[in-house]
Amino acid sequence: MRAGRVDIGALVSFSGLVRDLDGSLNSMTLEHYPGMTEKALQAIADQAMERWELQDVLIIHRFGRLQPGAQIMMVAAASAHRASAFQAADFMMDFLKSRAPFWKKEDAGGAVSWVDARVEDEDAMGRWSKG
Amino acid sequence: MKVLYFAWLRERIGQPFDEVETQAVTVADLVAELAAREPRYAAAFADMSAVRVALDQELSDLEAPLAGVSEVAFFPPMTGG
Repeated sequence: MRAGRVDIGALVSFSGLVRDLDGSLNSMTLEHYPGMTEKALQAIADQAMERWELQDVLIIHRFGRLQPGAQIMMVAAASAHRASAFQAADFMMDFLKSRAPFWKKEDAGGAVSWVDARVEDEDAMGRWSKG
Repeated sequence: MKVLYFAWLRERIGQPFDEVETQAVTVADLVAELAAREPRYAAAFADMSAVRVALDQELSDLEAPLAGVSEVAFFPPMTGG
């Protein structure tokens, strides 16, 4: 994102990792919807670029089987000043949580189960509605 | 049209997609048709508050019309990030 340019004053990145708080998680598997995934991620990036003064954004999201501690995804936002970069990264995370077609399945303690969507994640979307 | 299933909907139905010939006007009509097929479909669509839908890879809703749509996808609320 920084290659060949010096107008970026702030670069914020966020990485999401496979969490195992009590040592019971064997692995996490992410399923996605090929085709819609690419469109959804592009739409999230486009909206961020539209809403804030940004030089560039980046979204990477993995799928398939991941081990505890592995990186699941990352977003990055580059801007002249930090406020836009922080806000855009936060915005992209909230949208990834509930608008990008990924589903997590955990293999923990001998049982395999789909991760439930969190009400908090849907509520967080409200922070970004234009009033 | 092609009807795709993801996550636990795919598991309950037992396959990732169906090719469907339908006269259904809305998504809700299509769900009713599918649920009437076999118990595994009825089980998958038993609680529609836990099901999301995309039409031609754009998020939509149960009341949306199916005219001109070639790909419908059903899945639980998304849990990415």
